[in-house]
Amino acid sequence: MSNSGGQSTGLARIASTFARARAEGRAALMPYFTLGYPDAATSRQIVRAIAAAGADLIELGVPFSDPLADGPTIQHATQVALDGGITPTHCLVLTSRLRADGVTQPLLLMGYINPILAYGVERFVTDATAVGADGFIVPDLPPEEAGALEAACRTHGRALVYLLAPTSTPERVTTIAARTSGFLYLVSLAGVTGARDALPVDLSGFVERARAAAHCPVAVGFGISTPEQARAVGRIADGVIVGSALINTVTTAADPAAAAAHFVRDLRAALAPTPSR
Amino acid sequence: MSQRISEHVPSLHSGQALSGAERCSRSVVEGSASQRVSRLASQQVTQYPIPNTQYPIPTTISPLPAKFGPYGGQFVPETLMPALAELEAAYLALRSDPAFLAELDDLQRTYVGRPTPLSHARRLTAHLGGAQVYLKREDLAHSGAHKINNALGQALLARAMGKRRIIAETGAGQHGVASATAAALLGLECVVYMGRVDMARQQPNVLRMQLLGAEVRPVDSGSRTLKDAINEAIRDWVANVGDTYYLLGSALGPHPYPTMVRDFQSVIGIEARAQILAQAGRLPDACIACVGGGSNAIGLFHAFRDDPCVRLIGVEAAGKGLDSGLHAARFSGPRVRGGRPGVLHGAYTYVLQDEDGQIAATHSISAGLDYAAVGPEHAHLRDLGRAGYTAATDDQALAAFQLLSRIEGIIPALESSHAVAEAIRLAPELAADQILLVNLSGRGDKDLDTVMQALEGRK
Repeated sequence: MSNSGGQSTGLARIASTFARARAEGRAALMPYFTLGYPDAATSRQIVRAIAAAGADLIELGVPFSDPLADGPTIQHATQVALDGGITPTHCLVLTSRLRADGVTQPLLLMGYINPILAYGVERFVTDATAVGADGFIVPDLPPEEAGALEAACRTHGRALVYLLAPTSTPERVTTIAARTSGFLYLVSLAGVTGARDALPVDLSGFVERARAAAHCPVAVGFGISTPEQARAVGRIADGVIVGSALINTVTTAADPAAAAAHFVRDLRAALAPTPSR
Repeated sequence: MSQRISEHVPSLHSGQALSGAERCSRSVVEGSASQRVSRLASQQVTQYPIPNTQYPIPTTISPLPAKFGPYGGQFVPETLMPALAELEAAYLALRSDPAFLAELDDLQRTYVGRPTPLSHARRLTAHLGGAQVYLKREDLAHSGAHKINNALGQALLARAMGKRRIIAETGAGQHGVASATAAALLGLECVVYMGRVDMARQQPNVLRMQLLGAEVRPVDSGSRTLKDAINEAIRDWVANVGDTYYLLGSALGPHPYPTMVRDFQSVIGIEARAQILAQAGRLPDACIACVGGGSNAIGLFHAFRDDPCVRLIGVEAAGKGLDSGLHAARFSGPRVRGGRPGVLHGAYTYVLQDEDGQIAATHSISAGLDYAAVGPEHAHLRDLGRAGYTAATDDQALAAFQLLSRIEGIIPALESSHAVAEAIRLAPELAADQILLVNLSGRGDKDLDTVMQALEGRK
């Protein structure tokens, strides 16, 4: 209850972020980056850089040894981060450092359920709240299994973002859209994370179905790699999530933070409203 | 005389001894092998309560309990949730379909070679000088292990669901071979994921799968063993969920797999129970089976779960020793850095993990037991005290492998050798009128290279 006042809740911070982007006539840009990749210090620099380069909301990947919803890019980043010794506790410390660095955007921790169980669900949400995280995305935790985490998030005013997939039945679309908080995360395609050459052809229909059921912003992720794809998704969704393509950019760059910033600026420019359309 | 085994499985006797004896004597007159198919259909009323989820979603309440006590569930990406619901609905429809059950029964008899024999291991018994040892001969099932029971059942289900493509994971290669076999029989495409490390140590099974027309895809992520093969199979399923059937090979993973795999494997225990009654005139004092994911064990245990006088003993892989850190003992490992409840591959169960919840590397000389989690029903049976779990080291398994080969003319799989090792340990502590029923889950031809290398390494 002590967290319930206005901007101090993660939910309110997320809501105002989407509202601001909408007021500017564009979708929110929501990069994902794996904490600890290629090492803890560099990942902190990269997140700081993408925050300065125009990210509206940032998803911070919490590495897990068996990321079964992720493709090769994030698997690799995760393994490198774990080999470097990153732990959930380090991820919370990094989050706190990012706040100390002046990062004001909503920060969502994205990771698998087992490290959260090992840490303790209630304790994890409490500690994450204390270091300035605004919410959580847990890809292997459907609402059926999320009771404890959902309750802790409600207590602390944090978002628990659920995912919808193209395979979700109409009943699940309705239920999950009603239960998600912060925003609704649409997985653009049936598959794992990873850059793709083309967007799925039936994406707009999926977004429309989800939007009709949702009481909150709708963001799309998985497979969005280029500014052109981001622009196309930005026309139909409230938020555009880019993860693997950002990590690929960093991996091949001599100056990772600069490359990340450059890529995020390009994505952000692609989302700017174009009056001619 | 049974004091030692009581220590071994501490809570089995609590408050059940008298009624247990009663029930066991009653059950002597029960059961015939010919009833097994109808039992597959009728045994589904399980004793486990429907889990008390805080926010139930009415449309997904399932007629099969998704959990065993607190264990099990569906911790999977949303993309798979509808597929699991579709799978459960299809399974529910089929398992009460007389035509399906008749086809499965026919194939079990005329293709798999069921019922598999129950062999009285007389020379082993004499050698050990204690309890009578009986072997349930799943090594004689077609394709060389119990895995075919489940693979065939699920492949029939896949065909009924209209899925033309089957994917499977494999550790020792036995489930991969069984899946490839079933796919060949039913004319389905088959892709098997196998860790690169396992491919090296189970090369004969890789060749068998390829001969059977399956594509074997090496997995190079993580520890390159069974755990990583399951990750990769799940990733494939997520990407191809429309036309692909995931033929999971053990009683693990998200609901309904643990229940479904147990049902298809329960033929082992149903036959064994009837056979021991016919051959020995009484129930065994203990059933012993190795436990990786735990499908052969749960398949044996299930028919005996309501016989309280029958101890159920699962044997995990102690690898190079429980204190070495190189093992796959989820239950019987050390308290520190040992197994504890967590989520791996879609189920809440006992998982070997570090303090941060990262899945631990495991070790066993047998690829099929080299796995960090265990089927959720075993976790529940363990908590209830209905089953006890112990562990055998690589060396004990090797010794059992050699002894059974020489003394009974049966070359067991290294996985099954762990169960034999426990019988070797336990039998001398029991009286000659007691019975140990060991599930010999597979044959050991695939392990010859591994065994020869291990024995060479000792010289």
